[in-house]
Amino acid sequence: VSATPELSDVARYVDEAAPLLGLPIPPQCREGVARNLSGLLAAGLLISDFPVGDTETAPVFEP
Amino acid sequence: VTPVDALGLVADVRARRVTAREVTAGALDRVRARDPSLNCFTAVLAESALRDAEAVDAALAAGREPGPLAGVPFAVKNLFDVAGLTTLAGSKINAGHPQATRDATAVARLRGAGAVLLGALNMDEYAFGFTTENSHYGPTRNPHDPARVAGGSSGGSAAAVAGGLVPLALGSDTNGSIRVPAALCGIFGLKPTYGRLSRAGVALFGISFDHVGPLTTSVRDLATAYDVMQGPDPADPVCADRPVEPCLPCLDEGAGDLRVAVADGHFASRGEPEVFAAVESVAKALGAVRRVTIPENDRARAAATIITASEGASLHMDDLKSRPMDFDPMTRDRFLAGALLPAALYVRAQQFRAWYRERVGEILSEIDVLLAPTTPFPAPRIGQETIAVAGRQVPARPMLGLYTQPLSFIGLPVISVPVAGPTPLPLGVQLVARPWNEAALFRVAAVLERVGVAAARIAA
Repeated sequence: VSATPELSDVARYVDEAAPLLGLPIPPQCREGVARNLSGLLAAGLLISDFPVGDTETAPVFEP
Repeated sequence: VTPVDALGLVADVRARRVTAREVTAGALDRVRARDPSLNCFTAVLAESALRDAEAVDAALAAGREPGPLAGVPFAVKNLFDVAGLTTLAGSKINAGHPQATRDATAVARLRGAGAVLLGALNMDEYAFGFTTENSHYGPTRNPHDPARVAGGSSGGSAAAVAGGLVPLALGSDTNGSIRVPAALCGIFGLKPTYGRLSRAGVALFGISFDHVGPLTTSVRDLATAYDVMQGPDPADPVCADRPVEPCLPCLDEGAGDLRVAVADGHFASRGEPEVFAAVESVAKALGAVRRVTIPENDRARAAATIITASEGASLHMDDLKSRPMDFDPMTRDRFLAGALLPAALYVRAQQFRAWYRERVGEILSEIDVLLAPTTPFPAPRIGQETIAVAGRQVPARPMLGLYTQPLSFIGLPVISVPVAGPTPLPLGVQLVARPWNEAALFRVAAVLERVGVAAARIAA
């Protein structure tokens, strides 16, 4: 099981990834965005290693 | 005229004891008197409302059928399109959008049934919140204690009904946004099965979980509004192609043959004792002794949070890129964070959703109605960041969705019924059924209302 990433590592990810997506993060939002993303990644850890079997979840598209 | 009970008003209007115009004028007077302190409305449609009411009176005078909601004043969360109004969805950004040219399907169906639209109601920006502490338009205040939140994100809807301004309002619910404010304001709120009611003309948030539904002061009003809004809608690809299944005729059937159980585990922990006492009072009234345990609810909340953040950010990506500082500070950082989530986590969350649906489906194959608290505590104070629950300080706002989020995650139908607690602050209990079985919820809610365990509290 992966560990929750350090907040400083998440902030670094925000700094690197956001510009690549054309999503400039206002400086005054940087800390709050990192803190919220950290919370989302921690939520991700709760499900990323959980065995869901061969669950099929393809969106149903009717042409 | 006190617009507290919709069907009571309909009876009075039909019997010509009062005109629809008088009812609407009275409701507008109450809005003018009470809304400056409650802050529910972001737009009041006085002229068109009086015109619509006069049309109801004219229909009656001419012997035409005026509809099952004839002359009932109502208002809608400002994410529903209303022809001639700009759909704000709680934002400053959307205030620059053109006016809607037609009503959302749900609004059109209520108006078609004779209901009179009074205006649009406050909400958390883009529905991303549980408290309606909107920085652009101000917080909506709880009619039972103006220092406290009304809940959210349909807070204007719940407070307008609980404050006696209108007997019927529409809200939307992605993770609890109808049920939480209904509970905190002491009224009835329905989140139907995912896909039951049309979302056409509604500003979406989390497209996998968005539902619309009514908030009212009585079960029969809830059923009437719900019945009127049912039915397929080609304009909404999510709306199910199912026939109308009216619930108003079910209200007298009783609940004796329904299997009712109390949800334990997650749904019986991390809340104030009074919310569990409210569930027990409902269970006792129904003679429900069985307990069932739904597994993995914290993972369900985690997955719902990831899907909501991803879908919400995706919907608003252009504005997040070009004008992030125009977002409400209450939502901005959360939307930006959602925009940075890896897609693989989103897909994983959807896989977990399917797994969880199967597990809960197995439980609901043996149970007709499940009981759970709506919120872990009554309304927090406006501006309150943390709250003590079971001796621990926890973030107040996200915790409001503790018991609602896992259920909307898999689209189950839920009614939150108002139950009296030991304090003047209302509480709610969720009645939960298997998909498409709203009728069971209405039967149980009607029994609870009849025996006095569930009762709306109006602070008029």
